[in-house]
Amino acid sequence: MSDPINRRMSDLLDISGLTVRLPLQGLPRTVLSQVSLRVGAGEAVGLVGESGSGKSMTARSIVRLLPTGAHAEGSIRFGGADVAALRGPALRELRRRVPMVFQDPRAHINPVRTVGDFLTEALRAHGRTPRRAAEERAVGVLEEVGVAGGRRRLRQYPHELSGGLLQRVMIAAALLTEPLLLLADEPTTALDVTTQAEVMAVLDELRRERGLAMLFITHDLELAAAVCDRTAVMYAGRVMEVRASALLHQHPLHPYTTALSAARPRLDRRAERLVTTPGRPLSAFEAPHGCPFAPRCAHVRQRCHDTRPDLLPLAGGQVACLRAEELRQERAVPHE
Amino acid sequence: MSEAILRVEGLRKVFGQAVAVGEVSFSLPPAGALAVVGESGSGKTTVARMIVGLERPTAGHVTACGRDRSQPARSARERRRRGGEVQIVFQDPYASLDPRQSPAAALEEVLRLHTALDRGRRRARVAELADLVGLDERQMAARPARLSGGQRQRVAIARALAAEPRILILDESVAALDVSIQAQVLNVLSQVRERTGVAYLFISHDLAVVRQVSDDVIVMRHGAIVERGPTGRVLDAPEHPYTRLLRASVPGPGWRPARRIGQEAKETR
Repeated sequence: MSDPINRRMSDLLDISGLTVRLPLQGLPRTVLSQVSLRVGAGEAVGLVGESGSGKSMTARSIVRLLPTGAHAEGSIRFGGADVAALRGPALRELRRRVPMVFQDPRAHINPVRTVGDFLTEALRAHGRTPRRAAEERAVGVLEEVGVAGGRRRLRQYPHELSGGLLQRVMIAAALLTEPLLLLADEPTTALDVTTQAEVMAVLDELRRERGLAMLFITHDLELAAAVCDRTAVMYAGRVMEVRASALLHQHPLHPYTTALSAARPRLDRRAERLVTTPGRPLSAFEAPHGCPFAPRCAHVRQRCHDTRPDLLPLAGGQVACLRAEELRQERAVPHE
Repeated sequence: MSEAILRVEGLRKVFGQAVAVGEVSFSLPPAGALAVVGESGSGKTTVARMIVGLERPTAGHVTACGRDRSQPARSARERRRRGGEVQIVFQDPYASLDPRQSPAAALEEVLRLHTALDRGRRRARVAELADLVGLDERQMAARPARLSGGQRQRVAIARALAAEPRILILDESVAALDVSIQAQVLNVLSQVRERTGVAYLFISHDLAVVRQVSDDVIVMRHGAIVERGPTGRVLDAPEHPYTRLLRASVPGPGWRPARRIGQEAKETR
């Protein structure tokens, strides 16, 4: 069988018009609506949003790990291959090329097996790699993620390692399958800040050295801005804005991005009161007919309630807001 | 000089061989806001638990509202009196509410226990507290399972305030909230302090949040205080290398995460 995945495509990942429905309490509920997103080879893209925005569901869709009963429309292409059409060995190959790292490493590792078992299992399962060679490779990837003394680590159990160390073991496991795209779902959220910095440094180096692409899921706009080339902001199962991270952080175009950025307290000064948005973040199936952010938006007009805005190109990125152009000009030209 | 509402002197806690907290002293003025910053294992939560009486100090004293509480309460009455002085809100709002009790009933119960209000006044007070933390009547009558994390955390804060404590300990109470909800809760906390004069002991790992809510800060590491001072000064001009490291670990534009030298020493367990 020929390899359906072409790793030299300029758009390694191309998600287009992805809509996902899940059965909730017996009814099909929309959790993702018309999501379009691209990740180039070697590129780091941040996927930022609050609870229920659909960021994890987007990542799971890519490797076809949606819950049972899920129904997906639209297309996902990885290295040119249609992900929905992959079967058997081709699907396994996709999952090897696109590993996932989760928020809580302890929930994704068998507590009664050693780190060595965990790291060498996949290599040895196919009967391709003898034990000694598999362990050599495991020690190699551990070193790559900054874990020294790999031989000793292989004999340890998950409970003997700190959260930061265990998360690096998870990243090392992802590296064993020669990945092209790493799906990192809040990989540092449960870690201390200094440990977060270390794990981010490891991911950053791997990206540079291996040319690894990354979809980095986080609730932290500043973290995404700091480590990703581009950032996509999601709300209620939709992509609201995608732009170069620095631009998105400094000059957000979508009112939701602006609100998200303003709500976060600042390290360098104290605000009398934080600028808040009324209400709470919505899931896709709770969102109103028009713009999902309309009920909470400070710039809302009647047409925002009537028409659902598409994700359209603007100022070097894409924005899903009917008033984006207008608001941009208001901001660019201050009133005298 | 105003008398401190909370004073902690030479507080120490040893679990077996491990020193969780060693010789920690600080004080909190009435209506003040003191932040305790540190990472896992710094001992910050153990300090909070000793103050509310969930852990017994190995050595040292805790004085709240002028009364010593280093020893366990001897009677239900004493326990209740202590509860009226110091309340605590934990990180996880999913584990801290009774799933069968509506927020209104939870608040009513606290009022019955801690105040002399009659039934009508209690009902009015529940409405007042709900308003203070921004919860509507429907939410107050709902079961916790129907509320979001942010709403539950606001219930937990309202319930703590119902006892009219002079001191409220917030142990990572906003850490698990969505950014937009966190901003709402932080504003509520500022407002409540201005209106009621309650003092906060605010335990957090998030320096930006600490800046927003506290007047003073202490930085803890391995059970000891490494730096203390006004929050602005400590964050703008940190003196201790560890405070500097914490500050440098906060991501922002142009941030380059760095692998730390000697990380293996810390990580080896």
